Amino acid sequence: MSAPVHDAVSSPRARERVADSLAGAARPRRTLWERIKREKAMYVFIVPGFVFFLVFAYVPLLGNVVAFQDFSPYLGIFGSSWVGFQNFVDIFQDPEVLTAVRNTLVISLLQIVFSFPAPILLALLLNSLVSERLKRFVQSVVYLPHFISWVIVISIWQQVLGGAGPVAALLDKIGIHHVNIMTNPDTFAALVTSQVIWKDVGWGTIIFFAAILAIPQELYESAATDGAGSWRRMWHVTMPGLIPIIALLLILTIGNVLTVGFEQILLQQPAIGTERGEVIDTFVYFRGIAGGDWGLAAAASLFKGVIGTLLVVGANKLAKRIGTGGIF
Amino acid sequence: MTQLSVRPAWAEPPSRGVQIAKAVVIAIIVVMMLYPFLYVVMMSFASPQAAASGTFLPTSFSIEAYKNILAGGVVTRALVVSAGITIVGTVLSMVFTTTLAYGLTRTRDVPFSRTVLVLVLCTMLFGAGIIPNYLLVRSLGLIDSWWALIVPGLISAFNMIVVRNFFMELPGELIESAKLDGASEFQVFLRIVLPLSKSVLAVIALFYAVGYWNSFFNAMIYLNDAAKWPVQLVLNQYVVQGSTLTDLQPPNVPPPPSDTIQKAVIVLSTLPILIAYPFAQKYFTKGVLTGAIKG
Repeated sequence: MSAPVHDAVSSPRARERVADSLAGAARPRRTLWERIKREKAMYVFIVPGFVFFLVFAYVPLLGNVVAFQDFSPYLGIFGSSWVGFQNFVDIFQDPEVLTAVRNTLVISLLQIVFSFPAPILLALLLNSLVSERLKRFVQSVVYLPHFISWVIVISIWQQVLGGAGPVAALLDKIGIHHVNIMTNPDTFAALVTSQVIWKDVGWGTIIFFAAILAIPQELYESAATDGAGSWRRMWHVTMPGLIPIIALLLILTIGNVLTVGFEQILLQQPAIGTERGEVIDTFVYFRGIAGGDWGLAAAASLFKGVIGTLLVVGANKLAKRIGTGGIF
Repeated sequence: MTQLSVRPAWAEPPSRGVQIAKAVVIAIIVVMMLYPFLYVVMMSFASPQAAASGTFLPTSFSIEAYKNILAGGVVTRALVVSAGITIVGTVLSMVFTTTLAYGLTRTRDVPFSRTVLVLVLCTMLFGAGIIPNYLLVRSLGLIDSWWALIVPGLISAFNMIVVRNFFMELPGELIESAKLDGASEFQVFLRIVLPLSKSVLAVIALFYAVGYWNSFFNAMIYLNDAAKWPVQLVLNQYVVQGSTLTDLQPPNVPPPPSDTIQKAVIVLSTLPILIAYPFAQKYFTKGVLTGAIKG
């Protein structure tokens, strides 16, 4: 994309030939405009998709300016008045925000401790199976819930674990009455975490299987020859092979610490109540889109986004310092 | 793959205790994953009394629930809406995803295509948030339009990258020789690139189809008109939130027991996924793997 290069060869055809013969060693010497014209058919492929990303990924970024406005949809972004950082000041004085942040962090912490390692353990277990057929069968069973929507997952859980389901009936028989796991606010964080594990533990193993497959078999063989049993091989051969991908996923997880399953929680919040069921994203939805307090909700969402980015960058730096390598 | 089933010579056989422990853990996992599905399917066929009694296994068989909800009420309509959105959305997503993916395969030759690629990759790292997205869809006049469920998610950057990586692995000589024979970019794309990529296209189409079928939140915020709702919204209203649907079945049909009806609605909304799953299964791990490793 530099300035046009003056070429000694005058005839375009000859120039093309020279350029092609040079192609192996150097880039063809053409002006930018010539290169664009030569590849014009490719832009027919690129432009529609590019326009899509500009409109639906980049334009909404600009829409975040409503966080600095007393926004009203009737006045629009250009008609609404500017309030500076007032919305950000307001979110810190809103008790509901504090509740939402607390619930978000509690759920996130539970998920980092329980949902994050679950697929690693499952991948190690499945990897230790000798029978390929059994492994395949278990894989196709555990991947399935990933493809089911949250609405269906929660419906199914309600049917089985809800007040009218077989689990409650069983508990009732052994003397524990009126248990409804699905509507108990005190155990909601644990319920959400269990649902996440149930839905995605299988799907999460895929990336670890890929990493396990990349470990050379000779390493296992020589470890075994040196007298390492299957536990020690798992610990000293398989685990080191998984560390880079675990570090990478942990960075992403930490960056997402303020994001917990939005649809999943939104669906169950009416049964749980806001005291335990409100998280940052549901706050943004209920206050903004449902409640009409657009500026305040957008400010909460933007603040969350900025913190998330800082966390990813910070976790990435830390991972690099420890020596496991970062994402960027 | 069969040779992998044989234990390598250097590995000692596991002890009896370890084997039993593994078998028990795996059995528990399989039961926990499958039983909820089986329970709902079985109970959707149960007679009203059995369904309400909270048993683990059904004691009778009846298809009343299905007869009722498929008689042309709100669930039937919602299933048709969901199917329509899934089909139209998947076709459009595939067209736009594959064309962009092909357009970004030769970033060395095509000026600015690397810039476009980087801009697309960046969108995987951030999202604008629900409020700006809602305001955009609103200002485009898509509120209460089914297009609001398709257009904002037309291309997934992740899917596009997976397809692009696959295209880039195709033998370059094939494409070069076709071009020497006078094939245009479009002919190369339609006659060579797409036919050679069937496996990855199947996986990506499945991902899009599942996404459209499962789409809930967009439908919830963009469709105020309940007559336009897809099945996921109806399921939420009727099963998760437990509200009654006024036009659940056509008039003059006696209301069925809500317990079995709820389960039958769950089954019907899960069925397309359960049907597509075995077909797609043989493709998807491979497709996701290649994408995940290189992406």
